[in-house]
Amino acid sequence: MSVEMTTEKIDRVVVRFAGDSGDGMQLTGDRFTSISAALGNDLATFPDYPAEIRAPAGTLAGVSAFQVHISDHEISTHGDAPNVLVAMNPAGLKANIDVMEPGTMVIVNADSFEERDLTKAGYAANPLNDGSLSAFSVFEVPMTSITTEVCKEAGVKPRDAERSKNFFALGLVSWLFIRPTEPTITWIAERFGAKPQVAEANTRAFRAGYDFGETAELFHQRYEVTAAPFASGEYVNITGNTATSWGLIAASQQAGLPLFLGSYPITPASDILHELSKRKEFGVRTFQAEDEIAGVGAAIGAAFGGSLAVTTTSGPGMDLKAEAIGLAVSMELPLVIIDVQRAGPSTGLPTKVEQADLLSSLYGRHGESPVPVLAPKTPGECFAAAIEACRIALTYRTPVILLTDAYLANGTEPWLVPAVEDLPKIDIDFATEPNGTSPAGEPTFFPYLRNQETNARPWAVPGTPGLEHRLGGLEKADGRGTVSYDGENHELMTNLRAKKVAGIKSIYGDTFVDDATGDATIAVLGWGSTYGAINAGVQRIREAGRKAAQIHVESLNPLPEKLGDILRGYTTVLIPELNQGQFIKLIREKYLIDAQGLNKMKGVPFQAAEIEAFILQHLGENQ
Amino acid sequence: MTVTAVPITTRKDWSTDQEVRWCPGCGDYSILAALQSLLPDLGVRRENTVFVSGIGCASRFPYYMNTYGLHTIHGRAPAIATGLATSRPDLDVWVICGDGDALSIGGNHLIHALRRNVNVNILMFNNQIYGLTKGQYSPTSEPGKITKSTPFGSLDHPFNPVSLAIGAEASFVARTHDMDRAHMQETFRRAHEHHGASFVEVYQNCNVFNDGIFSTITAKENRASMLIPLTDGEQIRFGENREFGVTQLGDGQLKVVEVASVDEQSILIHDSHVDNPALAFALSHLATGVTMPTPIGVFRDVVRPEYGDQMNAQLSDAQAKRGAGDLATLFRTLPSWEIE
Repeated sequence: MSVEMTTEKIDRVVVRFAGDSGDGMQLTGDRFTSISAALGNDLATFPDYPAEIRAPAGTLAGVSAFQVHISDHEISTHGDAPNVLVAMNPAGLKANIDVMEPGTMVIVNADSFEERDLTKAGYAANPLNDGSLSAFSVFEVPMTSITTEVCKEAGVKPRDAERSKNFFALGLVSWLFIRPTEPTITWIAERFGAKPQVAEANTRAFRAGYDFGETAELFHQRYEVTAAPFASGEYVNITGNTATSWGLIAASQQAGLPLFLGSYPITPASDILHELSKRKEFGVRTFQAEDEIAGVGAAIGAAFGGSLAVTTTSGPGMDLKAEAIGLAVSMELPLVIIDVQRAGPSTGLPTKVEQADLLSSLYGRHGESPVPVLAPKTPGECFAAAIEACRIALTYRTPVILLTDAYLANGTEPWLVPAVEDLPKIDIDFATEPNGTSPAGEPTFFPYLRNQETNARPWAVPGTPGLEHRLGGLEKADGRGTVSYDGENHELMTNLRAKKVAGIKSIYGDTFVDDATGDATIAVLGWGSTYGAINAGVQRIREAGRKAAQIHVESLNPLPEKLGDILRGYTTVLIPELNQGQFIKLIREKYLIDAQGLNKMKGVPFQAAEIEAFILQHLGENQ
Repeated sequence: MTVTAVPITTRKDWSTDQEVRWCPGCGDYSILAALQSLLPDLGVRRENTVFVSGIGCASRFPYYMNTYGLHTIHGRAPAIATGLATSRPDLDVWVICGDGDALSIGGNHLIHALRRNVNVNILMFNNQIYGLTKGQYSPTSEPGKITKSTPFGSLDHPFNPVSLAIGAEASFVARTHDMDRAHMQETFRRAHEHHGASFVEVYQNCNVFNDGIFSTITAKENRASMLIPLTDGEQIRFGENREFGVTQLGDGQLKVVEVASVDEQSILIHDSHVDNPALAFALSHLATGVTMPTPIGVFRDVVRPEYGDQMNAQLSDAQAKRGAGDLATLFRTLPSWEIE
């Protein structure tokens, strides 16, 4: 007798795939995301993986997870907690079960709950039998054994077949959420085309998972999340690191300058190096340097030669690059420094998010060393921010720090592919003629004679006859640019450098304010990747019929011109940050506003619920 | 762009109006003069020439050269020059550094620039002391050196810069000294002709903090007996009457001998173009200090693919195969979907 199968329409769902770092969870999550994206869902993802490539198998330390939030409406976060947890082993279950709400669904690979697996995960008793999961809707599925069985028919050895079990999980979840099978089967054929046996095993495992949902009579309900209303156009699902890379290439094309990347591999920034190293047809030179200092050093050399020069890194690399960034400040050469922030100090939590490099980006160099700092708010927005960082660097002849973070870098969102003709133009005006007269009365080049509007100095590249000049870290005489030890001149130059950066006009010069009714008295101010969680938290407040505004800053230096006035319009300003309170220091210092901070340093982003609770805590009874 | 002949220049054209601020009597003056008067003969243009330096006395060099120049940060000149030379293969890039700059704080960048074979000419002024910080021992100072920071004598075993460069897979390695302009110019000329990374150690006198450290070998009266000139195709001999020579022992080691005491045929003939670096390395270790006869000249000069050439070939190959980069195509390398 068959059980009647029903379909429930839901507006959103959060699915988390968790297993061992060797279980292919990132791939599984990524595939499920891609299928959902193609169906038109809005989505946000959160890959959460350990620092070790292969931590001891089966242990909590080795758990790799991928969370995806799909919806039929606009969303801004990867979701606070999963509605569905797919646990490939006891460790995957144990590492995630605590955040699950009662009544949510847990699908486990029942084959991996042997005593050995339980011990490795630190379970004294089998959670499938001891009643500890009674609050959840638990589905025990023998993923490994079915996968091995269906692969055996294809002549795949059990050990190899076992590795396809993630595709079984993908098949099952695809069935559960009524996702089509063809895109995955086509993708497997393309991806594993060179290894027909692997392709066959993965396809069989995927089909078996899908069919299991259909026939095993374990599940009685399927769920449907329909397409979200998007602006029309072509979309791709993009990570922050890819968006950053493409932004750099686009800037290079728009400026007509070759892109040079000097970089040393470091998590979570390496993917920018990987992506750019593939794009040689754009004339992109990628130089994997001997160390972080050489990475930025080579970029400075390339900048002097007239390239669009970039260096990419994460926190520890920023510390090493500090002296070279100061040199670029002194030489006033265009340079983009991308810091994909991770939790510190020192090696810290290399794969986990934190926003704690703000103050070091602003102030982490000796001497007065002003550097513009930008911070995009979503993965897709890294594209525009990278272009803007390049434009500022090139226009104002200055190093620019672009602060992304591990969450933006690896997280994804649907990104509206821009029309190339709509990309911002970047005008480059290399100096070609002498602009001064030498003491001997001959036409000569003054490398520090500034543009009256931008305060930028002229950029003359080697190969230009008559403009030979020397740059360096020693203080330069205003205008003429020769070495000067004069105190008056040093003060003048210090002020000029500060004035130049303070006067930068950027696309982030206007403050982003979302105050739906215009009369909120409480504002939540954020910067960088906390945008999504703050947005979701503020929405929850509004859904409860109360009022809160969201204000977001993407240019940390200089700060948006009217930010102070806007903030003073609110009785209460709240600043959530993934650090001990760095942005709040700036706001308090600059605007004398008694903002209140919410600080989190757990290596994971804020949840919407945390933001909501923080706002509620500060919302007066009548607001 | 129209191709015009390289203008005829003199030393004056290559000199800036900046007052040279090394201590009077410093060996750097003679190196500066040697290079400024050599450049007009090399058939290069001032605007295509860049001097890059780090920090230290030697590193002030770019300010005195009427070319493009970068006076950067301590030890990093080879890295900065790498970015410049690989992205601008049309330029003639020189790196000027001292022994502290190149071998202490910047040792890492030096060896990597050499192994990559980036097209730069690295001139390392070796005075075996820290001058700009007023007289501490350097990584090339002799053991036991009494300095301000080592009042009881330094404990460090020194680097042999030529050995280090050969060990770092350098394709061109030479040594010269500040007392012999003709030898310097010939060495610099060959370094410049070499396509790839050229490393030249220049023995340079610091008359304030380490005066006369090389005079045992470079003073006019000592040169014949203490300097072993390396000339390609010629026997490695020295002495007032070329009475000494270098020969190889059965175990591969080199030894200075009186030519009269051995079979003359056993005296080695120098060949800097031998691919195997063993003999060049052995020559670099013939002297373990300036109290022994010391080889000068080009130790090694071999052809190896240049880094920037290879990098740029990858770019042109990609463009030939895939066509020039197109952003619209790039944006669709990820699977895309259309929303009506």
